[in-house]
Amino acid sequence: MAEYQAQARQENFRFSSLAQVMAAASAERSGDQLAGIAADSALQRVAARRVLMDLPLTTFLNEALVPYEDDEVTRLIIDNHDAAAFAPLSAMTVGDLRDWLLSPETDAAALARVAPGLTPEMIAAVSKLMRNQDLIRVGRKPEIVTAFRNTIGQRGTLSTRLQPNHPADDPRGIAVSILDGLLHGAGDAVIGINPASDNLANCRDLLIVLDDLRQRFDIPTQNCVLTHVTNSLELLERGAPVDLIFQSIAGTQAANEGFGVTLSMLAEAQAAGLAARRGSIGQDVMYFETGQGSALSADAHHGVDQQTLEVRAQAVARAFRPLLVNTVVGFIGPEYLFDGKQIIRAGLEDHFCGKLLGLPMGVDVCYTNHSEADQDDMDSLATLLVDAGVSFLITVPGADDVMLGYQSLAFDDLAYLREVSGRKPAPEFENWLDRMGLARGMGARALPDAGDLARRLGLPA
Amino acid sequence: MTDPVTRFPGLSRLTPARVRLDARAGPVPMRDLLAFQEDHAAARDVIHSSADWQAIARDLAPLDSIQVSSRAQGRAEYLRRPDLGRRLAPGQDLPCGNPPLVVVLADGLSAQALDRHGAAVVHALAARLPELARQPVVLASGARVALGDDIGAAMGAGMVLVLIGERPGLTVADSLGAYLTMAPRPGLRDNARNCVSNIHDRGGLSHDRAADRLSWLITAARNLGQTGIALKDGSADALPLDDPHPGSLTGD
Repeated sequence: MAEYQAQARQENFRFSSLAQVMAAASAERSGDQLAGIAADSALQRVAARRVLMDLPLTTFLNEALVPYEDDEVTRLIIDNHDAAAFAPLSAMTVGDLRDWLLSPETDAAALARVAPGLTPEMIAAVSKLMRNQDLIRVGRKPEIVTAFRNTIGQRGTLSTRLQPNHPADDPRGIAVSILDGLLHGAGDAVIGINPASDNLANCRDLLIVLDDLRQRFDIPTQNCVLTHVTNSLELLERGAPVDLIFQSIAGTQAANEGFGVTLSMLAEAQAAGLAARRGSIGQDVMYFETGQGSALSADAHHGVDQQTLEVRAQAVARAFRPLLVNTVVGFIGPEYLFDGKQIIRAGLEDHFCGKLLGLPMGVDVCYTNHSEADQDDMDSLATLLVDAGVSFLITVPGADDVMLGYQSLAFDDLAYLREVSGRKPAPEFENWLDRMGLARGMGARALPDAGDLARRLGLPA
Repeated sequence: MTDPVTRFPGLSRLTPARVRLDARAGPVPMRDLLAFQEDHAAARDVIHSSADWQAIARDLAPLDSIQVSSRAQGRAEYLRRPDLGRRLAPGQDLPCGNPPLVVVLADGLSAQALDRHGAAVVHALAARLPELARQPVVLASGARVALGDDIGAAMGAGMVLVLIGERPGLTVADSLGAYLTMAPRPGLRDNARNCVSNIHDRGGLSHDRAADRLSWLITAARNLGQTGIALKDGSADALPLDDPHPGSLTGD
């Protein structure tokens, strides 16, 4: 195995593997410290970044961080690598790639051309050399547009997932949260429920409630009940109205096994979703969630840092033409991202890396109560992500998910983000909001007849 | 300010969610903002508080109990080092009598959940499974779910049931979770366990319903000879609340 070395303050630092260089070059985070692979000192981190700066990008094609023969995610990455797309970058070092990404000539079209030639490890490496402002500056360049019943990701738009979870999956309680979200103009990315019970009959009932609602109000959006991919397959076979097929995924085969998924299961699910032909203007049928720390949490990290593994998870998503991909950045807990600073940095990294891969990137701007973070940190991250061109954000009533027990963004936060950024919902959804008289900010307007809305939702107004 | 056309206080009774139901959708009212900050502060306090082990031992009587602790020293280390919370501290004295089932009361992330529901759930369970009275309940501080594997192995237990304080949310900070593991030993994964969660009295599982569900699982695990993904919770149709974190990204 190759050895790498570099100096910082006249001290020589040696690294026995590429994985060690990558881990030491990462910004400080508790998950890498827990795994025992983080930099021992800030000087060692600088030395590791010096190694990366001079490292040829081709190194990542020749030296797998997770062995090819042991891991189907590595095989997916190497076997799908597009050498022709990579050709213009093939003489670059990681440091050169950073400079190229930041240069004004490198635009959306240039990034789209090279995306199939970039491996997740190359993208993770370059992100470790970039400051937060670099991640924002480059993250906003790509325009990744996907479609199902509306178009997500057009420049100038900001979409939202409306997450109306209820601790007992009560359909009326869920409908109240959906009404609240629609009054704020949320829900164009997806109306997506995390069910309290994975029971198939329960998931089917929720899907029918959501589909009924969508049809009654003719809402140009898509629904999802976020249950295991095998459940969605079964539900599709039974004729349930499954718009999007959801799955949590990770960056190694072993971690995916912890989620009970393989690449062939994802391919089968995508084929079933396409066969259902439920999209009206597009057929991007997959929805994936990822999050730094999931591989370590499953004891399946192979000594690779959590940020690199996160980009590998995103590479899994890329293989299945998703409508939506989001990181659940602050959800996994302080043992992986300790505080607001680490959550903010990781959120910007995940967004940047996913965008370079060509993904429709969203973020669940969130934290748990045992993390050293609060709503001020979420304001900072959400504001930065909107500047960075994030495709969609998760929103829940009052920032409090009463089923999963964590804090995300509130529907109210959307009004703020639209006001400071001028960004609008997906165009088809915006037309619908206009027709319904919903969520046009605080200026003078005719208020919608919310009593009628509630009655049509089956709620006692 | 309240306008009957734009605001529906009646509807908010249908969900514990913080809905505003205000078609004006202006900035968050000051009162709501401070209520949120109050709930966050209280949830943080719960995470950093300790269980009242003496009171729990008293509430468990006439059942015996033994106190143990994990290798995590203090809450700060507990939060950063889940690996230490999964291992018994050295020098713990546990009787090795190969009992068929050991119950562990673990503080986890909410000692308050244990204070309020721990002993009551054990009594409800003992009423259904009288053999529980034959060995002491283990009280474990600084504990993650997998500490039960170390405890069960040390006692030679056939199965271990860990009742543990779940991660506090803003609305419910005293929710108890229960994890059942056959043939406990260090190194088991979460897919070797069955979980019943959301045991609390604000729309969650009551103590009796939780005990029903758990005694069903314990009997089914004995018949099947294993716990985990092979054991499907057949009580779920009668009891609608199931594992609230399907496919969840959180590890414990």
